[in-house]
Amino acid sequence: MSLYRNLRERALDVTAKAGDFALFTGRLLAAMPATLARPSLVSAQIYNAGALSLVIIMLAGLFVGMVLGLTGYDILQRYGSEEALGSVSAIALIKELGPVVTALLFAGRAGTSMTSEIGLMKATDQLSALEMMAVDPVRRVCAPRFLGGMISMPLLAAIFSMIGIYGAQLVGVHLMRVDAGQFWSELQAAMESRYVREGLLKSCAFGVACSAIAVHEGFRAVPTAEGVSRATTRTVVNSSVAVLILDYMLTALLL
Amino acid sequence: MTAVSAVTTDAGAAPGPAATDAAIVRLDGVTYSAGGRTILKQLSLEVPRGSVTAIMGPSGTGKTTLLRLMTGQLQPHAGRVVVAGEDLARLSRDGLYSLRKRMGMLFQNGALLTDLTVFENVAYPLREHTDLTEELLRTVVLTKLQAVGLRGAAGLMPAELSGGMARRVALARAIVMDPELLVYDEPFAGLDPIALGMVLRLIRRLNDALGLTSIVVSHDVQEIAQLADYAYVLNAGTIAARGTPAELAADPEPAVRQFMAGLEEGPVSFHYPAPDLATELLGAGRP
Ligand SMILES: Nc1ncnc2c1ncn2[C@@H]1O[C@H](COP(=O)(O)OP(=O)(O)OP(=O)(O)O)[C@@H](O)[C@H]1O
Ligand SMILES: [Mg+2]
Repeated sequence: MSLYRNLRERALDVTAKAGDFALFTGRLLAAMPATLARPSLVSAQIYNAGALSLVIIMLAGLFVGMVLGLTGYDILQRYGSEEALGSVSAIALIKELGPVVTALLFAGRAGTSMTSEIGLMKATDQLSALEMMAVDPVRRVCAPRFLGGMISMPLLAAIFSMIGIYGAQLVGVHLMRVDAGQFWSELQAAMESRYVREGLLKSCAFGVACSAIAVHEGFRAVPTAEGVSRATTRTVVNSSVAVLILDYMLTALLL
Repeated sequence: MTAVSAVTTDAGAAPGPAATDAAIVRLDGVTYSAGGRTILKQLSLEVPRGSVTAIMGPSGTGKTTLLRLMTGQLQPHAGRVVVAGEDLARLSRDGLYSLRKRMGMLFQNGALLTDLTVFENVAYPLREHTDLTEELLRTVVLTKLQAVGLRGAAGLMPAELSGGMARRVALARAIVMDPELLVYDEPFAGLDPIALGMVLRLIRRLNDALGLTSIVVSHDVQEIAQLADYAYVLNAGTIAARGTPAELAADPEPAVRQFMAGLEEGPVSFHYPAPDLATELLGAGRP
């Protein structure tokens, strides 16, 4: 009996939260025109979410690419087709690994900082102070961060894939002695614009999801130290799950 | 922009009952609960236009909550809040914002925007809501900072200020738009005697020179006695007493006397509701 009641309460709770999230995202989107009119606010957030994430994204891209180079070479050479290494790693990176790994890192690096920053502003009454100055905190604080994250994500994913290909090339060509000309010509021959389009679409979708989740968690955080820390954790967990589910759905749709 | 040229209005005069809406803020039977506890019960009060009205009461009785209700940051569960003739519950978000442009609020902890300098914090409402030239804006901001004695701190970040300084900057920010209604949450807490005297005179001077209405939440009985025209004593979610500070000081009601004189013994409990200490320590209170 109490199990049933628990489940019911839990389901109601989740539904209410999902509804709140949807309404909040609607408010964010409605604030977009006003936000675009204040480019200095947005560029500051592109710097925070994008530029400050560059190092970790580039480092991760390099190593993911190098691992692809090693593993890909190991498997491909069994079939005597190690020259396909360029095309295999480029397609894997641009279609899948670039957008997904970037989004997961983004949630950990930029998402958490958005959530904790907004949550702390709430805990120190800064959001109330904005309200009292007749400034809508959703417009002034949340929307620029959301837009900044949305713009940063595809750029970061593109950089990740690029560095990843370089990493695969580093291992494949310089370490495993795959012929450089073959590596690049196979890559060029196999690459199609739809792979790039798929990767771009995915990273845009992840950008919207991760930024909206991060901003929403911060805005709805319980305004205490503990509440902000919980909200930050939820940002990472929810964003990661959302990215993986969205990735499956988009891959299935675009196949 | 209203200049600070003083046209002394008859502020402080008792509000005439003749005026149809002498009250700028009016609460009617307001009830508010949070966390399963009723914080304000059926509370009614009015704040006469042009006065300095104090709201006093022990810590945790809901003074901050009351201010948040008056400014539309919280919605009452029952009753009406009317500010400048507008029922807050009926206003749209835009309506509420345009009303708030005519209000200023000093938060208990300052609530400065931590990513902006002191100057930019004070300039913030002007930048958002007016299109003053940079030169004029600078003049207005520096004048307000001068009034709170912190013009020299204009370039500092909020993290570099002490608590008392932060609240004085917040005060400069609250008055920068020359509001009609100024709401102060504990403006005296954490100020040294010099700054306290200055803030006290500033509140009075702003009120009289600009003809605005001030609501001051405080538990400092001495300061309120000097400053306020009218005071409410809040206790246990209701109004325990009202009147001029002199009337309140002479109030025979035990709870009011206890609060005004700062006595520990009396009907007002210093303790948050709890089971009997002996019972709890002996373990009998445990489920
Ligand atoms: N969100 C909330 N959930 C539960 N209880 C709350 C909430 N907000 C306030 N309270 C309770 O309401 C009461 C009044 O709080 P409030 O901050 O208004 O007090 P106050 O009169 O301003 O006190 P102080 O003088 O210490 O600032 C407190 O007992 C507090 O525990
Ligand atoms: Mg308070």
